[in-house]
Amino acid sequence: MSPPPFAPPPPPVPFPAGGLAVTAWNWERERGDMSTCSVSKGCFVFKPSPKKRRVSPKTADYFREGNNDSEDSGLRFATCQSLWKQIKSETEQIQEELNKQLFDNLVSFLRRSHSEFQEKTTEWTCRMKSREIPTAALVLGVNVTDHDLTFKSLSEVLQNNITPYVALLQAKDCPGIKNLMQKLMGQLMNCYIDVDSSDEEDCVQVSQNRIRCSMASLISWYENITKKTDSETPSKKRTSSRHLQSPPVVVIFKDMESFTTKVLQDFLVISSQHIRELPLILIFGIATSPMIIHSLLPHSVSSLLCIELFQSLSCKEHLSTIIDKLLLTTQFAFKLSEKVLQVLINIFLYHDFSVQNFIKGFQLCIVEHFCSQPLSVLCCRLVEAKKRVNSLSHSQCENVRRLPSFRRYVESQVSEKQIALLTADNFLKEVIQKLLEDLHVYHENYVPVLRCLHVFTSSLPKYPLGKQIRELHCACLENRVWETEEYESSLQLARMLNKSDLVTMLQKCVEIFASSSGKEFDKVVEKLKEFLTQFQKLEVAGACQERGESVSSQKELQKKTDLYHLQKTLLELKESRRSKKLTKFEMLRFEVVDFIDNLVRNYLVPADHKTLHEIMYFNTASALREHLNAAPRIALHTALNNPYCYLKNRALKSDGGTISNKAPDICIVYKLHLECGRLINLVDWLEAFSTVVMAVEGPNAAASDQVDDIIHARFIRAVSELELLGFIKPSKQKTDHVARLTWGGC
Amino acid sequence: MPNLEHPAYPAATLLRLESLVPCRESQVSMLLSIFGERQQFTFPSIFIYGHTSSGKTYVMQTLLNTLQLPHVFVNCVEYFTSRLLLEEILIQLQNCSSETKHASHVLCDTFNDFVRMFKQAVTSQDLQDQTLYIVLDRAEQLREMEANILPAFLRLQELTDRNVTVVLLSEIVWELFRPSTGCFEPFTLYFPDYSIGHLQKILSHNHPPEYSADFYAAYINILLGVFYMVCRDLKELQHLAALNFSKYCEPVVRGEANERDTRKLWKNIEPHLKKAMQTVYLREISSSQWERLQRDDGEPGQLKGLSAHAHVELPYYSKFLLIAAYLASYNPVRTDKRFFLKHHGKIKKTNFMKKHEKTSNHLLGPKPFPLDRLLAILYSIVDNRVAPTANIFSQITSLVTLQLLSLVGHNDQLDGPRYKCTVSLDFIRAIARTVNFDIIKYLYDFL
Repeated sequence: MSPPPFAPPPPPVPFPAGGLAVTAWNWERERGDMSTCSVSKGCFVFKPSPKKRRVSPKTADYFREGNNDSEDSGLRFATCQSLWKQIKSETEQIQEELNKQLFDNLVSFLRRSHSEFQEKTTEWTCRMKSREIPTAALVLGVNVTDHDLTFKSLSEVLQNNITPYVALLQAKDCPGIKNLMQKLMGQLMNCYIDVDSSDEEDCVQVSQNRIRCSMASLISWYENITKKTDSETPSKKRTSSRHLQSPPVVVIFKDMESFTTKVLQDFLVISSQHIRELPLILIFGIATSPMIIHSLLPHSVSSLLCIELFQSLSCKEHLSTIIDKLLLTTQFAFKLSEKVLQVLINIFLYHDFSVQNFIKGFQLCIVEHFCSQPLSVLCCRLVEAKKRVNSLSHSQCENVRRLPSFRRYVESQVSEKQIALLTADNFLKEVIQKLLEDLHVYHENYVPVLRCLHVFTSSLPKYPLGKQIRELHCACLENRVWETEEYESSLQLARMLNKSDLVTMLQKCVEIFASSSGKEFDKVVEKLKEFLTQFQKLEVAGACQERGESVSSQKELQKKTDLYHLQKTLLELKESRRSKKLTKFEMLRFEVVDFIDNLVRNYLVPADHKTLHEIMYFNTASALREHLNAAPRIALHTALNNPYCYLKNRALKSDGGTISNKAPDICIVYKLHLECGRLINLVDWLEAFSTVVMAVEGPNAAASDQVDDIIHARFIRAVSELELLGFIKPSKQKTDHVARLTWGGC
Repeated sequence: MPNLEHPAYPAATLLRLESLVPCRESQVSMLLSIFGERQQFTFPSIFIYGHTSSGKTYVMQTLLNTLQLPHVFVNCVEYFTSRLLLEEILIQLQNCSSETKHASHVLCDTFNDFVRMFKQAVTSQDLQDQTLYIVLDRAEQLREMEANILPAFLRLQELTDRNVTVVLLSEIVWELFRPSTGCFEPFTLYFPDYSIGHLQKILSHNHPPEYSADFYAAYINILLGVFYMVCRDLKELQHLAALNFSKYCEPVVRGEANERDTRKLWKNIEPHLKKAMQTVYLREISSSQWERLQRDDGEPGQLKGLSAHAHVELPYYSKFLLIAAYLASYNPVRTDKRFFLKHHGKIKKTNFMKKHEKTSNHLLGPKPFPLDRLLAILYSIVDNRVAPTANIFSQITSLVTLQLLSLVGHNDQLDGPRYKCTVSLDFIRAIARTVNFDIIKYLYDFL
């Protein structure tokens, strides 16, 4: 007989440390953790997370090429690890802060609806109203991969504040109402045991009774535990005081869209019948729009619910915060180059909207950078890096000399210094320290100036330099931003700003610079403040001056009365207005814009113009694209069309359109099938195949009409391999034909 | 009006019963005459049907409780497998006469076991000398259980050889139950819908203690005037009546009108009820939100309903995938050339159309299309080159799980999957607008 359906799962058996069993088990667990429900039939690559991988003692060896440790692989590994740890905790904290508002709203909703629940039923309105199930419709956006984390923290919050009884249901676990009830009861009863593991009596009872998974047993379970908590000793009560009296049971439907209508309807009907005995509160996790509730549930069922809407922060805002806190800061030495950042952002915007994937991609960048760049050992805080420079080995110094940016630097020096740099390690180390310091200062100045520029560009019409700061950041990293057309046009637009806008922007800039850590900005702040006071003075002076001017011209008009003169003066007036000397405000505005322009030219130099930028910046975008945006069809096509690409066998080197008979059979068959139309005649195909294969034996061998049995067998195997790969399928339209499933035929 | 009369039961009880089941007297008297006296055998099975909230469950429950007939009441939706159902009946049977609940567990896998244990239970509970009623609510669920369950319940009396009657309650007619192999025909009884007069009478029955019955009846009259067109569900109407009553009383409480000022009261409540019909009745906003609005005297306009949040934000390529899917679903295949080839020449719609294509494709609904066509359209509507990466394919499946596309048939994914686009024209137009794509120009129907 099968075990009871929801006995508590056995505690994880402690496996012997190390060995295959552990990794297999870990892998299984991870698989369970990762959410694949959204794209359930897509193609999944489960990358074991590097953190887990590092647990095994040999991970550090991946960083080492060969056996010598001259390139500080151990230190690099440690740096990488600590950096990732920092970033991870930072991102988690960001997520927590962003979700706080939403969770607070949810918690207060739960409290409110639960207190309504316990209202006295003697009142007339309460008696007459039908009891609806309180339901929170939680709209989370289409980035389903991020939802898991949100739900996890949500259930933690609920367990801390409202009730210990929280169940998370997923559509793939609940194809029928029976499975749903099983899952629900399993989770609820386990969570009870978790909360109060001291008395095992109940646990035994559960397994003894072989509880039927029906609402009735759920209700009796609920009655039991609430009775028990009521009669608990006061000391125990204190621990559960954060929960409400007779706490509600919260059921979270993680992916509302995927649940079948029948299951949901049945569950809602059943639970609404017992709502008085079992205070249930539902949370629907919705990825698209709350309209889905109405399309899933008929009115007779949705009228059982009391639905309130909650909306989470949009994923784009989440990403902006993440970029703001991870990239536009001097806190982390590690940086992304423009191309890499663009790849990550493109994947986010074009494909998945998933912040978690963005962070995972960022993590991959870190690992790749520290693994592939030996000099990344210097990618840490300045003080630490300076220390590490002193202990660099000779080969590491050679690595530095090989850096393109450093070579450029050397070439710009006088010849004696060039020689010293290329020969004396000690002198080199001194220079490196100085250069690292320069780089650090550059970063410190870069961020506030970038933000300041963003203040200006983000309020211009049509956003020539982008609305988001990330776009501006990319533009600045790519090349000298002041040489671009967009920059030119935005400056022109900025010269047309009105005063009040300009003043508020200047104030914002003052704030940004004042709060930044850069040392050179005292003067900048002073200058900006000076501008501000000048604007204030203008306000007072400008008013009376203008009035005087207009009055004088008015007087002149009144003096001349004949037509000719009037025309003349009007023309003159017009002319003078056109070439009128700039007003004081306009002068000042030009000055401000020039000042900002100056700042940009000084501080927003692209990073790859800086010496030693390779140490901090990860720029192998192609590796990242290969890993994160895989193209299976293209890879398959390359493998079959050009086997040399993967097999590296010299004999396979393709020379144009011919088909080599040394290639694997499947490649030959594939290449032949590319020349066919939608339906392929198998006999012709076999003929062609045997011709290609027999080509080596010369014309006399090919003369025999009969196809060799072995060749026939090879052909059949290759064709069935192609079928397995999904290129062809048997066709019923014509006998002896197969249908192509890919297009591109003639 | 038929007064309930039956020699077996005391008149006082019958009178009380009558007061509890307004507008259902004829059905109750019918049932009483079928049931006969306590010890008399009656029909082996009775099938009662009628619309939602026509009082089937309520009448049965009140009848059996008031007359204190031994009975078992089970909801078939709640006990969704035959095992659960049978076990529940046995458990309730055990607790039937004795007040104390013993939670002794019953194991009953098959109907055969059930019959055996049922006999035991009836004997041990001393129920041989009176009819036992087993009421199965929402009996349409029985059809989804094993094939033997429904016929066996219909002849339970015969199978167990005990004085038992099975009552089936359902919203659908008996003809939809009858198994192809035939079965014992139950006695069928129809509960007609409540008329507007009935609803008025029943709803006014339960007036709040602080107001007079006439005052409440006037209110119910107004309420029915607004809602009767859209809703005849008694429970729902009662709920709505309770929700909005405080608003109706407002002028009276403030002293602006007295209870007889019907016109003034009507003027006050009518627009309010109309608003309720568009919001809270459709569950656009929840009843508790509605109550809060009433209390704070806010306008419901401040609170957006669920359908106000119809906008869905999608990744860039997902938008184009969805647009491509929509085009593939609503355009005939032959027109693809005209829309997506650069030099297609001029094809006039009239020459081009076949007879069956004259009807609007939007009236016929989406048609399935293969994956390849979707991708081909995608490549031609996106400006820059799209690589067929794994991300693109997983986005298609994401759209399926979000129920924006639906997979047609359950073939192997490799075997050329076919999809349908399930979104509406308005939705896709909103999506297309965000990427500056004029979808109307690409739709055959709007040519």
